[in-house]
Amino acid sequence: MRGNDINRPSAGPTAHNIQLTDEGKLRHFLTVEGLKKATLTEILDTAENFAGVDERDLRKVPLLRGKTVANLFFENSTRTRTTFELAAKRLSADVLNINIATSATAKGESLLDTLHNLQAMHCDMFVVRHAQSGAAHFIARHVEPHVSIVNAGDGQHAHPTQAMLDMFTIRREKCNNGVGFHDLRFAIVGDLLHSRVFRSQIHALNTLGAGEVRVIGPKTLLPIDVEQLGVRVHTNLDQGLKDVDVVIMMRLQRERMQGGFLPSAGEYFTEYGLTPERLKLAHPEAIVMHPGPTNRGVEIEASVADGAQSVILQQVTYGIAVRMAVMSMALGGAGSGGAGSGGTGASA
Amino acid sequence: MQTADAATVNSWLDTMATDLQSLLHPINPSGHDDIAMIGVQSGGIKIAEILHQKLQLTQPLGSLNIAFYRDDFSRIGLHPTVTPSALPFDVENQTIILVDDVLYSGRTIRAAMNEIFDYGRPSRIILAVLVERKGHELPIRADVAGQRMALESDVQVKLDDATLELNVLQSTAGATA
Repeated sequence: MRGNDINRPSAGPTAHNIQLTDEGKLRHFLTVEGLKKATLTEILDTAENFAGVDERDLRKVPLLRGKTVANLFFENSTRTRTTFELAAKRLSADVLNINIATSATAKGESLLDTLHNLQAMHCDMFVVRHAQSGAAHFIARHVEPHVSIVNAGDGQHAHPTQAMLDMFTIRREKCNNGVGFHDLRFAIVGDLLHSRVFRSQIHALNTLGAGEVRVIGPKTLLPIDVEQLGVRVHTNLDQGLKDVDVVIMMRLQRERMQGGFLPSAGEYFTEYGLTPERLKLAHPEAIVMHPGPTNRGVEIEASVADGAQSVILQQVTYGIAVRMAVMSMALGGAGSGGAGSGGTGASA
Repeated sequence: MQTADAATVNSWLDTMATDLQSLLHPINPSGHDDIAMIGVQSGGIKIAEILHQKLQLTQPLGSLNIAFYRDDFSRIGLHPTVTPSALPFDVENQTIILVDDVLYSGRTIRAAMNEIFDYGRPSRIILAVLVERKGHELPIRADVAGQRMALESDVQVKLDDATLELNVLQSTAGATA
């Protein structure tokens, strides 16, 4: 399970069949890689409906009443955990937040023991964040058939709900009046080597047919064979930003670095920090995205993060609708068990 | 099998409009143009559009996507969703005409009413359907129905939105309206 081949664009396991039921419905959501365009589009369409729920006075639907969702965060993340929790609560599920650091795992209980105990408590879904690439796949292979796993970030492998909320944001903010992903130019900027978000975004953009994808960053922070992902590589930010419609800034992951990648954060900002002047090189109506948390003054200037072209807070809001979509699709897929011909449902 | 042509369906719609008017008159004798109408996606939208026009209602037509309120989620999962619900008026204290193409088990209407109450507390809901089939599974009946039918359980009633023809079809296994 140790993902030490971090220079590979899609490090970690890529078993995607495990994500789908025999009928091709979503059962787990572990990675964007290997999912068809129709499935990604279904996630975005379903999220569009949940966004409507989020905009009304009573922000709750009864869909997952009686289901229990356990947030298993082996690695801290306030924003991701909170939006998963809100998403589950808006679907009327019960939510458990397991603080792994102070739980039985810290007392020596194995991961599988923890899982078996939670299954014995009749949990229906585990939302898993783990520092090891492949952790969510590992858990998905070992749970009972009625339990769904959603990957909330595993090592440097994947963060599929973040990628899908980014796609949702792009679709809502840029795909109007007949404009589609294929008409847009994208720039993903920053520390892509350590980024599971980047890996999931690339798979999503490629599957959804993005027009042109550029990756921009210092050579030391780009995956070695990044060109094989069908992207254009730029090491100069000014050149890379020219005329793009979507600028996705990535966080400089200093906590994942062990020396040698960068001279200093200050120098990084000089070369790769997004300033108002540099943003002018992009299309005048370009949007600026960031998965958060932002390092202001390191990869992005505060006035850009708070500026008119920034959709960073929209990303947070849309993240709830996208997670509601993924959770309800996966739990519906796991629960249905192929009995897809109920003739006495809510028909007519 | 049995089919009603567009002229027949239109005459049912005229009857429905007349029945709705006489039903609404005692509620608000001075007129009913402030009454709200909601169509249930996807089959109820076309019927609602026509009735909305016939009754000359002034409030914009609402549309409900009941996918998140269905009672069969745990058995068959999430239904492919169409367009989000949109109720472009205040539901609170509103008289609402709820419109669908076919009333059969009553489960769709139960789900639709549950959703409406998440928007507010209407003063009254009137149910209008083009076809009311025998075979209800819940105590829900139409206030106004264009046509009432007793059909075998293995057939499906389907309105063609484009031609306004109503077809009664032998349902294939698993097909739901």
